[in-house]
Amino acid sequence: MRNDFPVKFDRVCEVLDKHKCDPNKLIAILQEVQEEYKYLPEDIMTYIATALGISPGSVFGVATFYSHFTLEPKGKYVIKVCDGTACHVRKSEEILKVLEKELGLSGRKKTSDDMIFTLETVACLGACGLAPVVVVNDEVHGSMTKEKTIELLNRIREQEKQENNK
Amino acid sequence: MDMKTRTAVIDNVTVLIEEEKNLLELVRKANIELPTFCYHSEISVYGACRMCMVDIEGRGILPACSTKPEDGMVVSTNTSQIREMRKMIIELMLASHDQSCTTCPKSGDCRLQNIAKQLGVEKIRFKQVNTHHELDLSSDAILRDPNKCILCGDCVRVCSEIQSVGALDFAYRGAQAKVVTSFNKGIGEVECVNCGQCIKVCPVGALMPKYQINDVWKSVHDKSKTVVVQIAPAVRVALGEYFGYKPGTTTTGQIISALRRMGFDKVYDTCFGADLTVLEEGREFLDRYSKNENLPLFTSCCPAWVKYAEQYYPDLLSHLSTCRSPQQMFGAICKDQLVNDLGISREDLVVVSIMPCTAKKFEARRDEFKVDGNPDVDHVITTKELSIMIKESGIDLNKIELGSFDMPFGFTTGAGVIFGSSGGVSEAVLRFAGHTLQKGLTGEFRQFRGNDRVKVSEIEIGDKKLRLAVVSGLANAKKLIDKIRKGEEHYDLVEVMACCGGCINGGGQPVSNEINAVSDRSKGLYDNDKMLQFHVSSDNPYIKQLYNETLDHDKAHKLLHTAYENRRRILQDDIIINKVPEDKKLSITICFGTSCFLRGAQTLYTQVMEYLTERDLLDKTEFTASFCGKQCKKGPVLSVNGKSIEHCTLEMAVAEIEKIL
Ligand code: SF4
Ligand code: SF4
Ligand code: FES
Repeated sequence: MRNDFPVKFDRVCEVLDKHKCDPNKLIAILQEVQEEYKYLPEDIMTYIATALGISPGSVFGVATFYSHFTLEPKGKYVIKVCDGTACHVRKSEEILKVLEKELGLSGRKKTSDDMIFTLETVACLGACGLAPVVVVNDEVHGSMTKEKTIELLNRIREQEKQENNK
Repeated sequence: MDMKTRTAVIDNVTVLIEEEKNLLELVRKANIELPTFCYHSEISVYGACRMCMVDIEGRGILPACSTKPEDGMVVSTNTSQIREMRKMIIELMLASHDQSCTTCPKSGDCRLQNIAKQLGVEKIRFKQVNTHHELDLSSDAILRDPNKCILCGDCVRVCSEIQSVGALDFAYRGAQAKVVTSFNKGIGEVECVNCGQCIKVCPVGALMPKYQINDVWKSVHDKSKTVVVQIAPAVRVALGEYFGYKPGTTTTGQIISALRRMGFDKVYDTCFGADLTVLEEGREFLDRYSKNENLPLFTSCCPAWVKYAEQYYPDLLSHLSTCRSPQQMFGAICKDQLVNDLGISREDLVVVSIMPCTAKKFEARRDEFKVDGNPDVDHVITTKELSIMIKESGIDLNKIELGSFDMPFGFTTGAGVIFGSSGGVSEAVLRFAGHTLQKGLTGEFRQFRGNDRVKVSEIEIGDKKLRLAVVSGLANAKKLIDKIRKGEEHYDLVEVMACCGGCINGGGQPVSNEINAVSDRSKGLYDNDKMLQFHVSSDNPYIKQLYNETLDHDKAHKLLHTAYENRRRILQDDIIINKVPEDKKLSITICFGTSCFLRGAQTLYTQVMEYLTERDLLDKTEFTASFCGKQCKKGPVLSVNGKSIEHCTLEMAVAEIEKIL
């Protein structure tokens, strides 16, 4: 299996070149780098700071200000459970509990050790008509129940198994 | 000129508007002490704490710090609505503050505590919301207690605007907002240069010097130890402020007696070390000047500046004077001489120094200044810590008899004393250089006195024309150095002090409300100079004796000089770009530190990667990027299987790779 590290780092270099190492483009740079790594690794942020000639602290400040940026690596499947008002009244909490139990995750530990699953709650996904909602990567699953959640999880696991056997 | 005079009415009194930058300054001119948390005249206006609200007729309630004074304004600072608002702000702050006042080192001069008292806050109507944060104990100089922070942002602005370091910044947002260092590391693990200027502006106890008071007491009370103490020049003109004296009042005699009463065995003067520095640095300068080598010479007595240079100007380190600072010269000589004279071990001789500075705590712990693990200077306490020790001892500084220094290391010339003020080092070195180049020349070289943060002057001594710059505040230094680098400016000697105005304004000094505190302290030092017998360091009889009897060239070099190293800004792991499971043939490391980056490390990286891909070698190559390989002058640096190639080009890298294959 070829790892994709160099490809990613090459992308960082490209992004920096594209923005001519302009500190005013910091947000755009972070955004593009995050697309590549799925999160913002510390060492890469320090590298960006060096390239832009600003302090790593300011890069960290910006990266933590926007909830869009994430500083921790995420799993291959990011599962978001909506806990907005509509979902909450329709018992989204039960679904969250099931997922936490199945995946061995909690509010503290959000990503499984094998880096396959990340479990998050979000405030409102704006899909209240489908409440309660679970989103896997960018796929929306509406009107969820405990049972449907377990089914969904099993499907993903099956898919993973097949990919690995290939 | 028929310029109309402009006035405003403030709390029923008419006040003339002159040069005031904002309404707050005008209100203060009218002798009304508006409470503030986020306003400091030397840094940008933030306008966040809202304590300085005033009522302006026709315009409503506005923050005075960010409002321009205008002709005809009618201002009230103390309406019942404003009073209520201020109280509420304080209560809100206290509701998320840990309120451990009785054990807080800031208690007594904490602005939050004082303003709460001043406004008559009696109870807190909001629910206490506290999340506990760990204390940051990672630095030898600075102690951070995030539980106390009120998010005024003063430290953030000082660190980036005045010092151009940017070690502290806001992170997260909303209720989670915090002031942190990069990646939440300890402040001792990041680019902080320990100047302590953030401590001086922090209104609460969130940033404090790391106290060593207990270590000092322990040594003093240990009968098996001989404890000697050195006092830096800036301390003697500032300590008095803790005991009701005006800034600039000299209290040397009182300090000496107090230290003797506390139990110190010998009381010496860091100015003796400064006299030594003048001689060593003066000679180094004349030598470099005559060879036209490594000019400008940068002074090296300020440890915050030295760390800054090590982090940001690795290519200029050969320009830094190799002289140790007065504190370290003193420590080295003291341990060398006294250990012999008294026939005791280095461990049993404890050298304590009292400094206006937090960075000196860091300096004393540098490995360069240790012999077999034993430091030349054991403990460093600040002026503030000395004031605490005096109070702990119950000594009444106002009544104590005056004492005088012990000899020989307590003898000093005026040149050693003025080191504490920005410009003092240059003046002292010039006095010596003038004296050496032109016998009988005893000029004072007053060009470098005064409050300016950047002072430039051309000086003629004999047939020589010297161009000098004196700069304080690292952001000012940065501007100056960038010009030198671009070739726009040329100097022979550049004196850099991290704190604006020099050591008298150090991070361990009292925080004064008086506008002229710093210049008054400076004046105090120059007055001391006048009162002393000698004004040129080479006239110090004990220094002469030292050179005649013990300090030959080699020994002077060993004890009084040092070397510098390129420093990473943050302690951090390398980036592993390409990892291969086993069977690795090649392991390549490229340096991505600031200096190598500027020298084209990124382009080199891309080229080498392309080459490896073409040759289909990626599977067998481990590729790592490090943040500083410490060879910045020779960048870009790339190493192949441990062999490092300086000034590396693609061709050179390829040649090495092919050789291995
Ligand atoms: S000590 Fe100086 S460099 Fe360090 S954080 Fe404070 S202001 Fe910045
Ligand atoms: S640490 Fe002090 S100066 Fe910095 S934001 Fe907090 S309260 Fe203000
Ligand atoms: S001092 Fe004006 S808002 Fe803080």
